[in-house]
Amino acid sequence: MWYRVPEQIRHLLVPCVIILGGAYVARLFFVPADFGLYGHYRASSVVQNAEREIKFAGSLACSDCHDAEAAKKKTGYHQGVSCETCHGPAAAHTQDPENVKPYVPRARSHCLLCHEYQPSRPTGFPQVVADSHNPVKPCITCHQPHDPKPPQVPKGCEACHAKIQRVLAVSRHANVQCTVCHETDKQHSVLPRQYPPKKPQTREFCGKCHAQDAESDREIPRVNMASHGEKHLCWECHYPHMPEAH
Amino acid sequence: MNHVDANLYPLLKQVVGYIYPNEIELHWNLLIVVYPYITGLVAGAFILASLVKVFKVREVQPTYRLSLLTALAFLIVAPLPLVVHLGHPERGFEMFLTPSVSSAMAMFGFVYAWYLMFVLLLEIWFDYRYNLVVRASTETGLKRLLYRILSLFSRDLSMNAVAFDKKAVNTITIIGIPSAFLLHGYVGFIFGSVKANPWWSSVLMPIVFLFSAIVSGIALMLLIYMVVSLVRQAEPDMACIDKLASFLFYMMIVDFALEGLDFVHRVYQSEESIQILSQLISQRLFVSLVVIQLLLGMLIPLFAIAATKVFRPPDELRRLVYFISALLVQLGIFTTRWNVVMGGQLFSKSFRGLTTYKITLGGLEGLLVSLGFLVLPFIILFVLIKVLPPWKEVEEEAVG
Amino acid sequence: MKRRDEETVNRDRRSFCKFVLLGACSLIVPGAALAAANRKPEAGGWYGTTYKPTEHLYGMGIQVDRCIGCGRCVDGCKKENNVPDEPFFFRTWVERYVIAEDGEVTVDSPNGGRDGFKGSVSEKRVLKSFFVPKICNQCEKPPCVQVCPVGATYKTQDGVILVDSEWCIGCRYCIQACPYGMRFLHPVKRTAEKCTFCYHRIVKGLTPACVEVCPTQARVFGELGKIASPLSRFRRMNKITVLKPHLNTEPKVFYADLDMEVR
Repeated sequence: MWYRVPEQIRHLLVPCVIILGGAYVARLFFVPADFGLYGHYRASSVVQNAEREIKFAGSLACSDCHDAEAAKKKTGYHQGVSCETCHGPAAAHTQDPENVKPYVPRARSHCLLCHEYQPSRPTGFPQVVADSHNPVKPCITCHQPHDPKPPQVPKGCEACHAKIQRVLAVSRHANVQCTVCHETDKQHSVLPRQYPPKKPQTREFCGKCHAQDAESDREIPRVNMASHGEKHLCWECHYPHMPEAH
Repeated sequence: MNHVDANLYPLLKQVVGYIYPNEIELHWNLLIVVYPYITGLVAGAFILASLVKVFKVREVQPTYRLSLLTALAFLIVAPLPLVVHLGHPERGFEMFLTPSVSSAMAMFGFVYAWYLMFVLLLEIWFDYRYNLVVRASTETGLKRLLYRILSLFSRDLSMNAVAFDKKAVNTITIIGIPSAFLLHGYVGFIFGSVKANPWWSSVLMPIVFLFSAIVSGIALMLLIYMVVSLVRQAEPDMACIDKLASFLFYMMIVDFALEGLDFVHRVYQSEESIQILSQLISQRLFVSLVVIQLLLGMLIPLFAIAATKVFRPPDELRRLVYFISALLVQLGIFTTRWNVVMGGQLFSKSFRGLTTYKITLGGLEGLLVSLGFLVLPFIILFVLIKVLPPWKEVEEEAVG
Repeated sequence: MKRRDEETVNRDRRSFCKFVLLGACSLIVPGAALAAANRKPEAGGWYGTTYKPTEHLYGMGIQVDRCIGCGRCVDGCKKENNVPDEPFFFRTWVERYVIAEDGEVTVDSPNGGRDGFKGSVSEKRVLKSFFVPKICNQCEKPPCVQVCPVGATYKTQDGVILVDSEWCIGCRYCIQACPYGMRFLHPVKRTAEKCTFCYHRIVKGLTPACVEVCPTQARVFGELGKIASPLSRFRRMNKITVLKPHLNTEPKVFYADLDMEVR
C-alpha cells in the first residue's frame, strides 16, 4: 500500500516530518511554562511589573515622622500639595532616614515652577510676575513653604486672578474695581471655593451705569435698556472684562 | 547618549507645528520600506509564472522557470530586513512560538512559511525534479551529492512520475495564486488595519499593495529576462517580451485606477485628517509622490508602452522603451512603498504637525545595509541559476 | 538481471527510509515527553493570592481646568519609572493650547512640559488658553494589544495595559497602532515602553506617581465600578469626554472640561 503513493510524495514526507516534528519539540522547549495562564502573555511578567522599585513614598509615609510639618501644612494653602511634589522622591529616605536625605528646594526658581505668572494657568491660581515681585529674593524669606500665607493680604484680586486683571487693564472697564460687580466675602481669599464671589444676575445691574437715565459719569456709553439686546443678558454678548463691542 | 538620541536633537528644530513628544523618533524606516518592496516582487514574479501554467499564456513560457527562481531568491531575502530591524532580533522566533492570532504581523509569519515551503519550494522541486534526477545520475563528486540531496534521493524517471510532476505543478500553482495574493495582501493589511493612522487605514490598502506588487514583479521579470538574455548572448524572444510589456501595461492601468480611486475618495469624503494629509503631500512628499511615483513611475511608462502599441516601432527601439519603462516602474513602486511607510509617520497623530526623517548612510538602519538587501537577491538568483538552470529543460526533455 | 537490481535498490531504499523515520521519531517522542515533564506553570509569588486583580478596575480622571502646567507629573513619572531623560521619551506629558480669537490653535509641549512652560503668549488676541495632561488611556479595547505579534503587551485582569520587557521583540507595531502616541521604544532596552499607571504602586494601595505629585489634584485616580472611589465622584460630578472616541478604543482616562480642539 505504501508503494501506491507516488515516489515523490514519499520522498517529500521525510523532510516534512522532520521539520514539523522539530517545530513541535521546539515549541515545547521554548514556550515559557507560564505563558497563557491569565491571558496571551507570560504570567510572571505581571509580577515583574508589580515588583519594581518604588521611589515616591507618598505623603502618608512622611507624616509618620514629620508630624509637625504635616500639621502645619494641613490647614494652609499647600494642604493639597504632597510633600514629594517639592521634595522629590523620598522612598529611599524612609528606608534609611539618617544617610539618605531628600532634596530641599530653596531657590526662587523652584516656587516659580507653579507660581510664575502664565496666561494659560486657570483663573484663581495665585501667581506672581517674578521680575517685579521681590526680584532675586528667595521666596522662603517671606513665605513659609509648609504654610505659605503671604505676609500681607493681597490688596487686589490680581494675585490670583492675574489674567483677568491683565485683560481688564487694557479695556474700557480698566478703572472699574472688581468689587463693583463682584460682591465678595472676606473669607474668599482664605477658602476660595467655599466663599465664591457673587456675579450680577440681571440686565438692570449693568443698567445702573449704562441706562439712558442712569446717574453715572457722562463719559459712560448709554443704551436704551428696553430695546438694546432684547431679552439677552448683557454679558451674553459683552465680555465684562473686555466689554468693547468692536 | 547613544546614536539614536544624537540624531534626534536636530530633528526637534525641524518639526512644523505640533507633534506628540514620542513621535519625534520614526520607527519604521528604510528597512521597512525595503521589505514590502521585496515581497511585492515575489508575489508579482509568481503571478507571472502562474500565467503560464494556469492561464496557459504560451508566449511568456521562457520566463516561467526564471520567474520561480526570482521569486525564491527574493523570498529568501524578504525576512532579513525585518529581523535586522527588530529591537531584539534574537527573539524574532517568538512569533512562531506564541503568535497572537489578532496580530496581522504574527499571522504573516505563518503565511510566509506556508508560501515558502508549501508553494514556492514545492513547485520548484516538482518542476525541476526530472532534471535534478537526471543531473544526479550524470554528475560526479560533490555536485552529484548536491543534486541527490536536492532531488531528495528521488530516482523515478518514468512517464507516470513525470505526469504526476506536471499535475502537481498545476495544482500547486492554482493554490499558489491565492497564496501569493495572501502573501502581499497581508503586508497591505498590516498597514491598512491600523485605525490610528489615517494615511494607512484604508480598505483599499491590501488591494493597492497587491496590484502594485504585480506591476513591479512583471517589470522585474522583464528586466531580468532581457539582462539574462544579453549575458547569455541569446536572442530574447520578442513575442515573450511584447506579452510581458502588455501585461505590465494592463496591470499598471488597474493599479493607477485603484490609486486614483483612493485619492478621489479621500478628497471627496474630506474627513478630519484631510488638512494635515494635504500638508504632508505638499510639504514632505511632493517630490517622492507627485514627481517620482506618479509622473516618472506611472504616467511616463504608461504612455511609453502605449506609444509602442500605437506606433509599432522596430524591435530594438521597443526593447529599449520597455527596458527604460521597467526601470522607471521599479523606481516608482519603491517610492510608492516609501510614501506609504514614511508618509504615515511624517505627520503627527494629533493632526497638528509634520516631522522629518534623515536617512543615515551607515549603521544597521542605514542606506548601505538597505542597498545590500536589494542587491543580495540578485546574488542568490545567480547561484540559483547556476544550480537550477532555467533553460536546459528543452535539452533534457528531449533526452527523457 | 535488471529486476534483481531494482529489488536490491528498492530494499536499500526501504531500509534507508525506515532508518530516517525511526531516527526522527526516536528524537521527537522522548524529546516531547521530556519537555512536557518539565513544564510547571507558575505565576510567581504573591500575585493573585493577597492581591486579587479581578476585584479591581483602574481608571483615571483628569480635570483640565485645574492643571497649571507645572510639569511635576512629567518629572515625577520620569523619576519613578526610570524613563530616559532625553526629550524624546515620555510616559506622560502636558500640552499647552492657545486658541486665538480668530480660531487659530497653537499647541506646544516643550520637553513634555517637564520644566514648565516658558515664553510669553501674546495676550491680545488670545481667546483662551489652557493645559492638558496626556497619559496612556489604558483602553478597554487596546489597539496596541491587538497588534502585538508575540503577546508581549497585554491587558491585566485589573484593566492596566503592561509590557513584558523580557518577551518584547521590538517590532514597534504597537507604537504605530497607538492612536494617542503614548508608546515609545526604550533606547537602551530596545523594547516598547509606556505608562503602566505605576502598576507597582497601585497594587500596593498607593497612587501613581503623577497623581501623587500633582499640586492641584488635576489628576484623580480610582477604580471603576467601586461606589466609594475618587473616580466615581469625578465621573458623577463632571461631564466626561475621552480622547478620539470615534476610534472606539474605550479609554479609561476620562477628561472633564475638555475643549474640542484637544486631539
